[in-house]
Amino acid sequence: MADVKDFISSDPIAWCPGCGDYGILNALKAALVKLGRKPKDIVIASGIGQAAKLPHYIKCNCINGLHGRSLSYASAVKIVNRELTVIVTTGDGDCYGEGGNHFIHNIRRNVDITVIVHNNQIYGLTKGQASPTTDEGYVTKVQPQGVILEPIRALEMAIALGAGFVARGYSSNMEHLSWLILEGINHKGFSLVEVLQPCVSFNKKNTHEWYSKRVYKVNDDPAYDPGNFVAAFQKASEWGDRIPTGIIYRAEKPSYGEKSGLDKAAPLVDSDIDDIDLTGILKGFA
Amino acid sequence: MPDELTIKIAGEAGQGMQTISTVLAKAFKKAGLHIFANQDFMSRIRGGNNFSQLRVATKPLFTLREKSDITVSLDKESAKIHKPSVAGKGIIILDRQRSGITDNDPSYFDAPFYDMAKKAGGSELYANSAACGIVAGITRLDFRHIEGALNEAFGDKPADVKKINIDTARSGYDFAKNNFKPDIFVMKKGGPNGNLFMNGNEAIALGAIRAGCKFYSAYPMSPSTSIMENVSRYAKDFNIIVEQAEDEIAAINMIIGASFAGVRSMCATSGGGFALMVEGLSLAGMLETPIVAVDAQRPAPATGFPTRTEQADLDFLIHAGHGEFARAVFAPGTAEEAFYLTVKAFNLAEKYQIPVLIMTDQHLADSSRDIEPFDMDRAKVERHIISKEDSRKIAGYKRYQLTETGVSPMAVPSWIEDVIYADSDEHTEEGHITEDGNIRMSMVEKRFYKKMELLSQEIEEPTRYNIESADTILVGFGSTYGAMKEACESIAGRRAGFVHLSQVWPFPSGQIAGLLKKGKNILTVENNAGGQLAKLIRRSTGIEVEGSILKYDGRPFNSDFLKERVLEVVNNGRR
Repeated sequence: MADVKDFISSDPIAWCPGCGDYGILNALKAALVKLGRKPKDIVIASGIGQAAKLPHYIKCNCINGLHGRSLSYASAVKIVNRELTVIVTTGDGDCYGEGGNHFIHNIRRNVDITVIVHNNQIYGLTKGQASPTTDEGYVTKVQPQGVILEPIRALEMAIALGAGFVARGYSSNMEHLSWLILEGINHKGFSLVEVLQPCVSFNKKNTHEWYSKRVYKVNDDPAYDPGNFVAAFQKASEWGDRIPTGIIYRAEKPSYGEKSGLDKAAPLVDSDIDDIDLTGILKGFA
Repeated sequence: MPDELTIKIAGEAGQGMQTISTVLAKAFKKAGLHIFANQDFMSRIRGGNNFSQLRVATKPLFTLREKSDITVSLDKESAKIHKPSVAGKGIIILDRQRSGITDNDPSYFDAPFYDMAKKAGGSELYANSAACGIVAGITRLDFRHIEGALNEAFGDKPADVKKINIDTARSGYDFAKNNFKPDIFVMKKGGPNGNLFMNGNEAIALGAIRAGCKFYSAYPMSPSTSIMENVSRYAKDFNIIVEQAEDEIAAINMIIGASFAGVRSMCATSGGGFALMVEGLSLAGMLETPIVAVDAQRPAPATGFPTRTEQADLDFLIHAGHGEFARAVFAPGTAEEAFYLTVKAFNLAEKYQIPVLIMTDQHLADSSRDIEPFDMDRAKVERHIISKEDSRKIAGYKRYQLTETGVSPMAVPSWIEDVIYADSDEHTEEGHITEDGNIRMSMVEKRFYKKMELLSQEIEEPTRYNIESADTILVGFGSTYGAMKEACESIAGRRAGFVHLSQVWPFPSGQIAGLLKKGKNILTVENNAGGQLAKLIRRSTGIEVEGSILKYDGRPFNSDFLKERVLEVVNNGRR
């Protein structure tokens, strides 16, 4: 049995007090305890931003690389060793901005990874510029007249692109979020878990109070069917006075590992590469 | 009776020049002759003017010639375009009626190959086989070699298709024997030729497979794409995943992920794609993750000449990436060198946990030669990660443990009981983020100084020819090897020699300072406009070369062109 103590990291946390990231960290730890795998069998990949620091604050394997690129190395880790559980902790800037192209194509790639997007609707690490999800009209030092770009509609994008698991949680609903993360990990293929979180330092609009008044859990409604593509797309487009959380869309579909045949073979990392025999193919060059 | 011939097949894109060239190359090789073949094509799928060049000889070949003995013109324009490059007694084979060529020239040999195709094969589509037959007839090549080569070229086609092609080639062959009486192109006999026939990109793909590459990711870009195609061709048999990435940024980051997870990985691109990979290159340096990346250069800036050749990325590759970290850059001169250096690149990358770059260009990538069969003892896999078995004994693992050599033992996630933290921020030995200045200095020294020091101790020896007795010494890297070799060998009185670098970083300063003695006339030979190698030699050794023979028209050097330029210097004294 795994225990939360197994996942304690010695690295001191550098987030602001009251940051929504703490809730996400605790939810992830709780999900991993329930998953029951050893830290050595889990890889957490991240890019740059406050979310990207998370892998240091939990005891699992960590590859913390470049801004926006985490989905690329995360997918490859899973491709070459399917026995690893691979999770990405990224943010609204990292995933939807700098990494937008990788977001699109890794949904298509459908490698079995779980992507947790910390969405605080602002850039925290660079101190308060608009992110791709900042509400229109929000005033920052760089957008003094207010943001004029429309926010990206990431959940709708993901559903439209064919993601098989699209969920949204809220950092203050720890237990619910933990359940979403575990469901995402257990879903075979690309899983998106977007997490709404307040940024206590730079987002003065989308505060804890603001979110608390608006979020509701879609799966509390027994009539809501996450398998219904059209209903899910409509639900994903809801934003304003009411913001849906929960499993918005779920569909079983063949993953990269299944389609490539990787899932039926020994992990690539176990390949014997000593003295590979080229005799057969060299005949074609005679 | 000549001991070598150059044959050019020219026409519009889509007319199948490459097929003719491949069939003839295989046929001449079967006859025991040596081959050098390359393609000169425009960046288009149909139309324009493309040509294949095929040089055959009784001795091993390393480069092209300036002039062609036999030119096959498949369309109206080609005869005109290529007339200036016809050798003294050379001919242009053309189908006067079909091509609508009305002028007369003593070099023309009219052969109705479109008519032959229709008569023997029922369609003009078989004109290529007729052309093969005509060339074979003029050179009095044994027809069974053409038959064998056609059977191989159309190996996956039904028997009746093969037969039609062979019959059509036969009618071309007979026509040439009956109508082209001079024996000026009848080649001397060759000995048995058991060599491999391949181009640089094929050699790199085979090297990667031999080295145990199990993950290859790239975005298609000429002239690198055929590496990906070749790895893909054999991927299933060798358990390799080839992932076509959404862009070059993803490609390099994917191979970094695969390598972090313990698998040998590679990407390839050309200069523009490499520009996108630069961020990831720096990441590999910081994470200390072994990767192998190929830059098959083409003329730039920006899109440049997509299908042509240049060597202008030398400065770029040795400096690419923000910050300071160790790397090695190879510049193979031949396909065989490309094979061995690709295997070495994987071994070296893993040994020092660094990016290793292989710099080639379109000329090396796409030119095929017959080469000696590979010696697999020279292409052995040397592993440097902690084996699965030894991983069980590991406790208290630190990914960036400071060691005497600067190299920290590299463990594979899940093989050891401990977890592994790899980070692009400056990090502690454990891999956690730090702002400590002293740790920073230790990590910089580890990633940069110490590894460069180790790399400098195993630099590939430069190839040298006739440098003791020659007055003029050429220095080059990469694909100019063949032109330098044949140019120097053909200059009478051994007045010219050369030094070829197959590794340009770390720069072999010690070796070069020893080889380039004072009092010699030293010239760099470079397919670029800036004389980048000359400047690199000066920066690294203090030696100022006498001059540079530069070529930046997007076309490769050949031995005739280079010889002429060298002789100008040799005969006129110093430049």
